[in-house]
Amino acid sequence: MSDHEYTPKSKLGKWFNDRLPLLTLSNHLQEYPTPKNLNYWWTFGGILTFCLITQIVTGLILAMHYVASADLAFGSVEHIMRDVNYGWLMRYVHANGASMFFLAVYIHIFRSLYYGSYKSPREVIWIIGMIIYFLMMATAFMGYVLPWGQMSFWGATVITNLFSAIPFVGESVTNWLWGGYAVDNPTLTRFYSLHYLFPFLIFGLVILHIWALHVPGNNNPIGIDIKKPSKDTVPFHPYIVIKDLFALLIFLIVFAFFVFYSPNILGHADNYIEANPLVTPAHIVPEWYLLPFYAILRSIPDKLFGVIAMFAAIFVLVILPWLDTSKVRSAIFRPLYKQFYWFLVADVLILGYVGAMPAEGLYLLVARVATAYYFLHFLVILPILGAKEKTLDIPLSLTEPVLGGSPNEAMIKEKKDI
Amino acid sequence: MEEDKKTNRRDFIFTASYALGAVGVGAVVWPLIDQMNPDASVKALASTEVDVSGVEKGQSITVLWRGKPVFIRRRTEEEIAKAKDVKLEDLPHPETDEERAKNPEWLVMLGVCTHLGCVPLGDKGEYGGWFCPCHGSHYDTSGRIRKGPAPTNMEVPKYEFVNSNTIKIG
Repeated sequence: MSDHEYTPKSKLGKWFNDRLPLLTLSNHLQEYPTPKNLNYWWTFGGILTFCLITQIVTGLILAMHYVASADLAFGSVEHIMRDVNYGWLMRYVHANGASMFFLAVYIHIFRSLYYGSYKSPREVIWIIGMIIYFLMMATAFMGYVLPWGQMSFWGATVITNLFSAIPFVGESVTNWLWGGYAVDNPTLTRFYSLHYLFPFLIFGLVILHIWALHVPGNNNPIGIDIKKPSKDTVPFHPYIVIKDLFALLIFLIVFAFFVFYSPNILGHADNYIEANPLVTPAHIVPEWYLLPFYAILRSIPDKLFGVIAMFAAIFVLVILPWLDTSKVRSAIFRPLYKQFYWFLVADVLILGYVGAMPAEGLYLLVARVATAYYFLHFLVILPILGAKEKTLDIPLSLTEPVLGGSPNEAMIKEKKDI
Repeated sequence: MEEDKKTNRRDFIFTASYALGAVGVGAVVWPLIDQMNPDASVKALASTEVDVSGVEKGQSITVLWRGKPVFIRRRTEEEIAKAKDVKLEDLPHPETDEERAKNPEWLVMLGVCTHLGCVPLGDKGEYGGWFCPCHGSHYDTSGRIRKGPAPTNMEVPKYEFVNSNTIKIG
């Protein structure tokens, strides 16, 4: 299939492609060979691309009406909501779009964890993905500051103060970040500038992410290497395109539910009060998608080590391809890993829950246990499993489990005889 | 030709060029970084004068100085006694009350939790001083950290009494 490279049919197309082979790239959207057993968890890459484009388009529009100034920002957001034609729609799509983006990215990441997509030869795809994830968090955080409400202001204060934990230079670094001695107008304007920049950095990294993906090709639920092209692959178009579009449609129903029926349910009422540097809201919580990391930060009683633990929680994901030493990719063939995987999912959900609760009493205890388990999973359990786990026999091809029922030893031997 | 000679004039020229290049790049990059530091208009708001004649014993006021809240509390006798009564060994960040409040009746400090910068609430917490709702730091009646994640006492800014009714902060 892929021996047959795409060549433009029109004369003009051919003339152009000979000078800049841009049209040849459309191979990657047409004949690119894709494992035929990809399930719906594989549709989130396309959904995420949609989310990024939605955020960029609505963001560009909001930027036409928003004013980045400590005195005017809060009013300009209300102006968008009340006066600008469809301004409410743009803002609600943008604000809920951030949550949808994170929902999709978490599913995408946990799919990768389940099926071992981060393992050789896909480490670079994974690391680029983690950089994208980190930039997404930075972008979302700075975007949340722009409406200049109480949560914006105090969220910005708490997060930028994380840097004051750095020994010796902490204060200089925070003053440099703020452009003053507290979060104020200079902070707002620079966050606006960077919030505008970062999505384009993410866009560039997404191109690298896909490029790196198209070198080895997609992983698949069975997690075995496949020859491409072979009977185990199908062309990207129309098979995957249609499947991705169908999944996107379902995703959009959820998206639309939030935008049209409960646009503020994921936000905080305090952010409809204008920023006041003299009063901190009684209960500060970040947006839901940052809660697990916030819980880790708060579970450590020391300021510097709390900050280190929080960043380490992200960094441990970056080096994951070298912590998980098991050669078998998919959790389907790893009976023990499969259980620990679900423990990790539960652990992260628990961290998210206690991150939203006050840091005291039982909540604090639970947060500490869950934090310890989080690091235990990556730093201890995974390396041990890699060495000790008895994995199930993996099939020889994608077709085998379909045609011959479940993969088993006898069947593999039988195949060898043929 | 002495080709096996370890360093020659060309190596020197390379090293000198790299060094000069690095200085040049540094000189260009520094303004790009330094522009984010506090600017002249921010620094110009260095001091502020506060009229405290209306503050009764047991009352505090909060004023804004350099974008940060400053607590000015006229402490009661009990509060002062409580603050002086603490042994230095019991403090995570040992400072005597005398060091923190030159005039024991007046406590002037930045109303900023040294953990992550929230504004603590007055007359709260286990030590009768301040309590930070964000991450649960408890401060005593001298604004010293007693319990919780904050690493140091609330900072006392430079201030002076211009006259008996006016405090100049900064």
